[in-house]
Amino acid sequence: MKDHPHYNTLRELIAPYLPEDVSLDSLQPDSNLISELNINSSHLVDLVLDIEDQYDIRLEDTEMQQMQTVTDALHLIDNKLKAKES
Amino acid sequence: MEQSLEYLIKQLPYGDGFLFADEILAIDSEQISGEFHFHKGLNFYESHFQDHPVTPGVILIECCAQIGLACFGIYLSTMAHEAQKTETNQAFALVASDMEFFSPVYPGTKVRVSAQKEYFRFGKLKVKVKMENEKGELICKGTLAGMRGI
Repeated sequence: MKDHPHYNTLRELIAPYLPEDVSLDSLQPDSNLISELNINSSHLVDLVLDIEDQYDIRLEDTEMQQMQTVTDALHLIDNKLKAKES
Repeated sequence: MEQSLEYLIKQLPYGDGFLFADEILAIDSEQISGEFHFHKGLNFYESHFQDHPVTPGVILIECCAQIGLACFGIYLSTMAHEAQKTETNQAFALVASDMEFFSPVYPGTKVRVSAQKEYFRFGKLKVKVKMENEKGELICKGTLAGMRGI
C-alpha cells in the first residue's frame, strides 16, 4: 500500500494533525487514525476537509465513520475519484 | 423551520452561575447574534480582581462560545437532523479557540456576540466570532470550534 499513488500525499496531509509524541515515521498503511496515531475527533474532521480540498471530492458522514485506517482513507479516495470520472 | 430563539438558550446545559447568554437576537444557517448582560452581581467579580472588578478573558470566551458555538450548533444540528429525520445529541464542546482581546468588560456591561459560520461538517462547527459593547466597540474577536456529542 506504500506504493499507492496517493500514499505520500495522504501522509503529508496527516502530518500536521499528529500529536507531538507520534512520529510520522510510525505511520503505516494499517495504522488506525484515532487509536494508534492519536488524531483526535476534531482534527480528524480537519483531515477529511483537507482530503476533500486536495482531491476535489466530498465525503459523507457515514464514509468518514468508515475511515478507520490509512488504507481505508486511500480506498475512499480511490472510490471517490473513480465515481468522479464516471 | 419554526423554532423559538428562547428555546436555544434553554437547551444549554448550564446553571445560572455559568450561563452567559441572555437572548438570541437573530439566527439563520450562516450566522447568529445574541446578548449577555455582565451584571454587577456575578460572583467572579469579588475576586477578579480584588477591589478592581473586571470580567476574566476566559469568561468572555465562554460567552462567545455559548452564543456563537453552542446555541448556533444546536440550531444547525436541529436543522440537519430534521432534514434527515434522525435524532441528535445536541451537546457541543469547545475544542479550539484563537481569540484576541481589545477592551476590558467592567461590571454592568451588556455585550453583543456575533458569529459567522466557517463550516459545519461531520459534527464540527467552526465560526468567526466577535464581541462588542453597547457602543459598538470591539471587545474581542477570533475563531472558535466545537464538536457535537463528545
